[in-house]
Amino acid sequence: MTKKQKKILMRIIIAAVLWLAVNLLAETLLPEEAPLAMGIWLPAVLFLISYFVIGYDILRKAVLGILHGEVFDENFLMAVATVGAIALGDFSEGVAVMLFYQIGELFQAVAVGKSRRNIAALMDIRPDYANIEGEDGQLEQVDPDDVEIGTLILVRPGEKVPIDGQVEEGTSTLNTSALTGESAPREIGPGGTVLSGCINMSGLLKIRTTKEFGESTVSKILELVENSSMKKSKCENFITKFARYYTPIVCYSALALAVLPPLLNLLLHNPADWGTWITRALTFLVISCPCALVISIPLSFFAGIGAASANGILVKGSNYLEALAKTGYVVFDKTGTLTEGVFRVTQIETMSGYEPEQVLEYAAHAESFSSHPISKSLTESYGKMPERGRVSDVEEVSGHGVLAMVGGVQVAAGNARLMQRLGIWQAPDLNPAENPADGTIVYVALDGVYAGYILISDVEKATAAEAIRALKASGVKKTVMLTGDSRAVAEQVAARLDIDEVYSELLPGDKVEKVEELLALKRPGERLAFVGDGINDAPVLSRADIGIAMGALGSDAAIEAADIVLMDDNPERIALAMAIARKTLGIVYQNIVFALGVKGICLILGAWGVAGMWIAIFADVGVMVIAVLNAIRCLRVPKK
Amino acid sequence: MKKTYKIEVDCANCALKMETAAKKVEGVADAAVSFMTQKMKVEFEEGAEEAAVMQAVLKACKKVESDCEIFL
Repeated sequence: MTKKQKKILMRIIIAAVLWLAVNLLAETLLPEEAPLAMGIWLPAVLFLISYFVIGYDILRKAVLGILHGEVFDENFLMAVATVGAIALGDFSEGVAVMLFYQIGELFQAVAVGKSRRNIAALMDIRPDYANIEGEDGQLEQVDPDDVEIGTLILVRPGEKVPIDGQVEEGTSTLNTSALTGESAPREIGPGGTVLSGCINMSGLLKIRTTKEFGESTVSKILELVENSSMKKSKCENFITKFARYYTPIVCYSALALAVLPPLLNLLLHNPADWGTWITRALTFLVISCPCALVISIPLSFFAGIGAASANGILVKGSNYLEALAKTGYVVFDKTGTLTEGVFRVTQIETMSGYEPEQVLEYAAHAESFSSHPISKSLTESYGKMPERGRVSDVEEVSGHGVLAMVGGVQVAAGNARLMQRLGIWQAPDLNPAENPADGTIVYVALDGVYAGYILISDVEKATAAEAIRALKASGVKKTVMLTGDSRAVAEQVAARLDIDEVYSELLPGDKVEKVEELLALKRPGERLAFVGDGINDAPVLSRADIGIAMGALGSDAAIEAADIVLMDDNPERIALAMAIARKTLGIVYQNIVFALGVKGICLILGAWGVAGMWIAIFADVGVMVIAVLNAIRCLRVPKK
Repeated sequence: MKKTYKIEVDCANCALKMETAAKKVEGVADAAVSFMTQKMKVEFEEGAEEAAVMQAVLKACKKVESDCEIFL
């Protein structure tokens, strides 16, 4: 509890004790025949004292509000209701209403403050300092903001990496869960790139910074998350507008309730009964307080966004969370989104008695000096670092491949044209099914003899099929795949992943057009999400209702362009993000219906005189407390 | 130019009032208050004097919500 809250708690306790004491005094200790001064005036004065103890700030704010032209706020409602009750002689009730209002406010402030801190802690990846080795070899802790690019920083085990950089010395494992929501640790060694926000788990790392703190991953993410609660959803805007009309309407209705029926009575020559109607009007005012909605709806969205970011899903605003819950169409980019986007060795065929490992080893070595992506795929598949000392006489034949001597063997690795050019053989016609359009074939000849070929192609992500299934299960009507690849490949992939519609052989510009066509087809109220890897589909990301960028860790462009950013590249997270969005929105609607429903009923009961002040207090404070507790549920991530 | 300020405000409704008040201040192109992160983001109009505008924003906010605080 903050100081302010403790002060209010003290005031609540003092006022409550006083209120109880005076009630006891008035009912039991004082006999009815007590003199007037004792029987009425003493309790009245004591009640007034406790009233001011508990309510002076509300009265002050109400007066200030009127002076500043902010008439219809909750302080005003409470002040009018309680002062009215006291003026009518209901001292005890006036104090009680104020007392319970303050208890409710305190509870809500504590609960909201606590969950606010919880959520903030979920997203707390801000590093506090960076270690720099001083001239005398002593470690010095400095503000990450002051560290220049190219500085050598030290990260000890258990510390957060403060700034993006490259490992210069040391090996360790990194916990990236704060960034990706992925709990599996990542191995890191010299030369490896480290992103800020990761936690160093085992060894000491010396890192050469490659970015300023303000441009580092952790700063980008923090900025995004902090701004997210500023982009308000329709629900939140609805409540703002609603409160603007609602409070005046309620106040005028209350006034009408206080004045019209007595006047009607007078006209009909009945007793006016002012007291009853004014009491009812005051009850009406207490019930009407809109705080339950005003508090719980932003809290729900904030908790939902917090839960998502704890899972490596960054949502840029409540409005996107809202849109995500209504997603009917999901459009995917193929490469890098549903597929790995990285070419891997998927097949090795050998001839002339060579083993696949041998062919791969020679090819990897021959290509080891090349910066071509193929060489990376070969090295990765080979699994070891090629020993460059064994390689000599490297000759790159542009557009064909590589010639090199590897351990005394003349290796030729490249396309069919290379083989023909060297006169080694006429390349065998591979049948088209084996010759995928999104793959590359590396033919290998050793000492002038054809040894086999290595097929390198893009592969679907292991989780892609499950991701599509999960999306369909959660009510997505149609899944669409857009790709620049050939029709045959696209249809193969789509069939394996069970995607409904495929558009292939698209240029980047065509993708925007296709998305626009799909946007025109969808029904109003439904949203279209586009999922891409953010590298070259920024225009499409911004054109779709919701742009989702995947595997965006370290890619600033994707973080800029997208509305929702998946920090790792697992497409299954889309369904999880939707589940969180749906749950959040569900809770928001529950709270709207519950709060307005209970208030509506109580307002009617209050106007008819059925509901008294106690029900009014429940309708105000009780509903608010329940709504806040319900909103906090958004923090828990729904299970599959 | 955009700047973010740390604020102190007790309730969501009060934050809303601050936002509305800040938006009306001269020199402010747009303002957003987040109750949850206790931050105010102000986008200044071209050529506006930041310090002076923020004083006016603070005054306007104090007017609608006497308990609030903006850390300039």
